[in-house]
Amino acid sequence: MDIVNVDYSTKIPNNVGLTEDRRILRALESWHPGYLDWWMDMGPEGFQESLVYLRTAVSVDPKGWAKFDYVRMPEYRWGILLAPQEEGRKVNFGQHLGEPAWQEVPGEYRAMLRRLIVIQGDTEPASVEQQRHLGATAPSLYDMRNLFQVNVEEGRHLWAMVYLLHKYFGRDGRDEAEELLRRRSGSEDAPRMLGAFNEETPDWLSFFMFTFFTDRDGKMQLESLAQSGFDPLSRTCRFMLTEEAHHMFVGETGVGRTVQRTCEAMKQAGVSDPYDVEKVRSLGVIDLPTIQKKLNLHYTLSLDLFGSEVSTNAANAYNAGLKGRFMETKIDDDHRLEHATYPVLKFVDGAVKRVDEPALTALNMRLRDDYTDDCARGVDRWNKVIDKIGIPFRLELPHVAFHRQIGEFRNVYATPKGDVIDEATWQREKDNWLPSKADGDFIVELMKPVSEPGKFANWIASPKVGIDNKPGDFEYVKIAA
Amino acid sequence: MDATTAPTQAELRKQHLIDPEICIRCNTCEETCPVDAVTHDSANYVVDASKCNFCLDCIQPCPTGAIDNWRIIQQAYSLEEQFSWTELPPQEEISVVPTDGSIEALDQEVDAMLADAHAGAGGKSLAPVSAAKPSVNLYTRTKPAVATVKGNYRLTAADAENDVRHVILDFGDTPFPVLEGQSIGVVPPGLDAAGKPHHVRLYSVASARDGEKPHTNNLALTVKRGPGVGSNFVCNLQKGDKVEVTGPFGATFLMPNDPEANIVMICTGTGSAPFRGFTERRRRTMPDAPGRMMLFFGARRPEELPYFGPLQKVPDRLLAKYLAYSRVPGQRKTYVQDRMREKAGELAALLRSAKTHVYVCGLRTMEIGVDESFAAICSEAGLDWAALRADMRASGRYHVETY
Repeated sequence: MDIVNVDYSTKIPNNVGLTEDRRILRALESWHPGYLDWWMDMGPEGFQESLVYLRTAVSVDPKGWAKFDYVRMPEYRWGILLAPQEEGRKVNFGQHLGEPAWQEVPGEYRAMLRRLIVIQGDTEPASVEQQRHLGATAPSLYDMRNLFQVNVEEGRHLWAMVYLLHKYFGRDGRDEAEELLRRRSGSEDAPRMLGAFNEETPDWLSFFMFTFFTDRDGKMQLESLAQSGFDPLSRTCRFMLTEEAHHMFVGETGVGRTVQRTCEAMKQAGVSDPYDVEKVRSLGVIDLPTIQKKLNLHYTLSLDLFGSEVSTNAANAYNAGLKGRFMETKIDDDHRLEHATYPVLKFVDGAVKRVDEPALTALNMRLRDDYTDDCARGVDRWNKVIDKIGIPFRLELPHVAFHRQIGEFRNVYATPKGDVIDEATWQREKDNWLPSKADGDFIVELMKPVSEPGKFANWIASPKVGIDNKPGDFEYVKIAA
Repeated sequence: MDATTAPTQAELRKQHLIDPEICIRCNTCEETCPVDAVTHDSANYVVDASKCNFCLDCIQPCPTGAIDNWRIIQQAYSLEEQFSWTELPPQEEISVVPTDGSIEALDQEVDAMLADAHAGAGGKSLAPVSAAKPSVNLYTRTKPAVATVKGNYRLTAADAENDVRHVILDFGDTPFPVLEGQSIGVVPPGLDAAGKPHHVRLYSVASARDGEKPHTNNLALTVKRGPGVGSNFVCNLQKGDKVEVTGPFGATFLMPNDPEANIVMICTGTGSAPFRGFTERRRRTMPDAPGRMMLFFGARRPEELPYFGPLQKVPDRLLAKYLAYSRVPGQRKTYVQDRMREKAGELAALLRSAKTHVYVCGLRTMEIGVDESFAAICSEAGLDWAALRADMRASGRYHVETY
């Protein structure tokens, strides 16, 4: 079997030898129609017939995984792609450290592993559902194409998780795979499993913030799962990470271009006060304080995805060798963490304090800290754009105690700086920190679609380079009439 | 770079750089690089010039395009310098350009186009060992050469669907040295819809290095009229019109000068342009060369095949011609890859020779079919095409230019 090149001879492109694995091939083929139904019902609304300039992997080696061509999204070749198997790979952490990596599910960890895969899998279709209305208000064909690329790849990530469920978890796995198609983002009866994935994505700034902050949580989770001692999960996640990078790109440059356009418009019009919201908005761009509010919202919703700071589930998954730390193999320690501690921010006696906790139970906190560092570097880039144009304003990540629903600070009212306040103050001030209804209405009002090749909505700057090095006026989406 | 290894003035090199303004630090390049040339600090991802071997593995996986940046340098930018950047430095002014084949163009726009056109070779291609040394980038957008149109003839039949033209440009007293296989740039005059100057268009030279006729300072282009501004501008040129030209560009897709070299040429449509130059060069300078020349040329029908008439007159002992037609009524569709399969024995024999050079030129869609044909021919002959192709590429004997 060729593990690098993708086999297109079956309905489901793959590099896992499905032709020789008839049982799984049949199981996936029977799941396929349901998936397509889901995609037609819940995928990008109004553009299923349009030709979109998308990248598809034809192999998992560097030369082959980004081939670009026009394709209708329902005909996108969703497939099952695993990074090549590493000879002699070991379990790299936890109590099984040094044992050969598992090619089959260890019986004792079956339930835990299935849960990890289902939670990861559930986020993938959820974001497609959240973003399904955005095509109608795309600020350019370039952005529309990027949205659809994100969507089809989230679809492929669902396939990746469903493959693992079918292949390694028998009947339970098949049932879980069905459930992944049944739950719906924001549904009363069958919501998606995690909070941030039931929120609306009402506008393009939300989309960019979502891909920057929430997909970055996805990146951290995938990276931790890529460390897994269960080798098929590790290989799946490693290939998914290469795709996830595009999503980070869409978020970081999307917000960056929005910020850039706002600053440029201010400069041109001679508006120097970034807090003169009315004046800035009259220029048809999104004022920086509102961008900060959006940032506050999406960052904090995403922090909640990391779960409780102190968690025995995380400790168990680590001990079992199923989910590691970010860049586990590059960390220089014993990779068992039985005696180590890690500082955790907690709410103690009415104040935010740093407390040493056993490192094993503090793994969620650690991953979240790595996440915050990663976010901060992106925010730095945005600030460089603002500095370069010369507007006196800085975007900042709010304090982790601010606006939290999960973990240590869920019952605390705190300012973006992390000062604890009472509920009355929170109610009075919250519209200064989080997007208000009026802010949302203003942004929605701005979201007028632009579909002429090479043209961009007034509120966003054009990108510095095109996708696949295409010129500025390239028709990234041929919209079906 | 320390003083002992500092290059002399003549040794210009290319350095691979990452644009810190576009990079999102996703780590994909560092993960991908097979020689660990990519590294990072808390601010930037950077490439170690002493390690990068131009394998280009990192280019495609980069989600942003930040990875695809190059500077011609005499002294490499150190890692520390790169870590401190918030944006890329501009290309330094370099006037004289001797090239060892690592530099196809100084012009970033053109360099990117050529890198894209040559990507189908599957890695960094090199010029044939015996190729003449090309000049590149003598003329630029800001300092173009001005050519005069000496003729513009339609090559395809009047009822053909495609309008393909043979355009001759004369440079008068302006020196414009080109080699067969090089390209020139044409910038259509005026501004585009966005009020910016038009992109440069690249066209392969279709004549030999000493001119369309020997000892003339002119060159020929083969241009198909498309929907775009560039090809219409060239196709509409009238005798006597003046055109601004940049270049020449390209330092790898060149013909071997060795008379013993076998040259296998595979093309469709206007991809035939460089091969017309190759054939004419051999005919003029070494008509009795022992090396063989084979041409596989595909078109819809004879009426649509550029140079169909003149090609019939080229003697078979100079050039073996295998034409493939995909749209002749009543005939089975035949593509270049089918003709190649018919000549499997001869091709396999040539592929065994270290004197054989293969050139593929035309639409990108032909790449896969041609590659599959070679793979099949090799497999029947007990050769490993993937290994052979890599070996040929590394020795400057496998070239792809597609668009």
